[in-house]
Amino acid sequence: MKFLVCVSKAPDTTTKITFTDNNTKFNEDKVQWIMNPTDEWYALVKALELKEKLGGTVTTVTVGKADVEPVIRKGLAIGADDAVRIDADDVDAYQVAALIADYAKSEGYDIIFTGKETINYNGFMVAGMLSELLDLPYISLGVKLDLNGNTATVVREIEGGEETLEVKTPFVVSCQKGMAEARIPNMRGIMAARTKPLKVVAAASVDTYTTVHHFEAPKERGNVKLISPDNVEELVRLLHEEAKVI
Amino acid sequence: MSVLIFVETQEGKLKKSAREAASYGAKLAGKLGTDAVAVAVGKIDHSELATLGQQGVSKVLHEENAKLDHFDSRAFTKVVAAAADKAGATILILSSTFNGKALAPRLSVRLKAGVVTNATELANTEGTFTVKKAVFSGKGVANFTFATEKKIITVNANSFPIAKGEGSAAVEDFSAGLADSDFGVKVLHVEKAGEGIPLPEAELVVSAGRGLKGPENWGMIEEMANLLHAATACSRAVSDVDWRPHHEHVGQTGLTISPNLYIAVGISGAIQHLAGVSSSKTIVVINVDPEAPFFKAADYGIVGDAFAVVPKLNEALKKYYANN
Repeated sequence: MKFLVCVSKAPDTTTKITFTDNNTKFNEDKVQWIMNPTDEWYALVKALELKEKLGGTVTTVTVGKADVEPVIRKGLAIGADDAVRIDADDVDAYQVAALIADYAKSEGYDIIFTGKETINYNGFMVAGMLSELLDLPYISLGVKLDLNGNTATVVREIEGGEETLEVKTPFVVSCQKGMAEARIPNMRGIMAARTKPLKVVAAASVDTYTTVHHFEAPKERGNVKLISPDNVEELVRLLHEEAKVI
Repeated sequence: MSVLIFVETQEGKLKKSAREAASYGAKLAGKLGTDAVAVAVGKIDHSELATLGQQGVSKVLHEENAKLDHFDSRAFTKVVAAAADKAGATILILSSTFNGKALAPRLSVRLKAGVVTNATELANTEGTFTVKKAVFSGKGVANFTFATEKKIITVNANSFPIAKGEGSAAVEDFSAGLADSDFGVKVLHVEKAGEGIPLPEAELVVSAGRGLKGPENWGMIEEMANLLHAATACSRAVSDVDWRPHHEHVGQTGLTISPNLYIAVGISGAIQHLAGVSSSKTIVVINVDPEAPFFKAADYGIVGDAFAVVPKLNEALKKYYANN
């Protein structure tokens, strides 16, 4: 079995978010980049679990310039066999999906894994676009996956419950909490990652569909109004009369 | 040219999020001087679909195909793309539901249309067409523009009010000519978590965290949720130790919600938790620790022991609902 895991960089969760160039660009100065959490914890580890059980290979693919390589090496340290970096700045979801599809179309992967969404643009888009570009079934928000031959049983989250479905390989699945238990790379993995293959491929020429026109800071909430614990009726009054939510 | 809205249904009824998306699409169509057309799939009465007229929809295309009672991103993409073609749509509106967000990116590729998910307000049509959404887990807001002529927008729950006008939409049977090969998944079974209000679309949410000390203490939280007709939610710490089910977990690795009211009891308000709730309209924090970071992100706060405050608040709510 050949498994492909799409891995993206993301600013560390605690990063202070600011913008530059007249609020048209994200200020990357002093940003600590990490592997996007759901890519690392759920998509990558699920692919590794399947490989350990059934055999095969796990490859990661990332769209980015050389500065993303520490993130890619972390994936190799956690256990991926090899990695591909498509040499382009990532500018929008369609561009990323089109570049990965262009690379993956002739590689014959059985399952393509992604995290649920990145924590920078929170788009929830690359997996769906990739599946359409490759004309594959797509299951979003997978929380469980068993593979038997070329038939997978996948549990996905739906509003207020879960749905269990059957799908034949090849397919695309986005992964979230429940799919696997996050792994911490050990020293042996980190050492091995240094010499594992990281192939850089040239980016195909693809379109961009959307751009950020400008950023804004989120709306400020006023100062919190503190209410005495002995006067909870006042909270009910404020929710009704001032906030008008009840 | 028209605006096409994909409306989701559940057990033969239009979902609330479908009426929000329809209201959004109709308002946008009005601004652009064009018509709002909806598309629905699966088993639902035409009389129910006709009520979309109240939201400003003029026509509904309905593909009643029993195979579409379960979601399949590939088959649904074919139906919505065919409807877009038939309606001559240049703008597509979907709800930011799990299925809406699985469908939008496929449609983007199929129709060569840029997509912005999780829109929080009506697209700006004065000058450059832009759509606003929260980015960086709520720590920023981005206004997106499109390089494509066709555009797709998914609308966040509780971000746009449901229009309640007069009128009835014309309902037309329609078929995209689906073949067996258009389906990629086979649904084996569906498990519903319970009878309560599903969290992703709830208007009011009562949430609790580690401050409650154990799963046996959730009775007062559920009582408050019942009084308010709210959904219940929880922090990651609590779902990690299985005090509460995973589908209640809000935050960066759980659900992102935007209710009108979010009441957080015994949750300190770590940045990962705020990522899931910061776009709530009103936030109430009840915490025994006056230094809890959540107070900085709240509109109203009570510094006090949850076990003393919540029962009193429930009594006050009972009194309020008895008189209102």
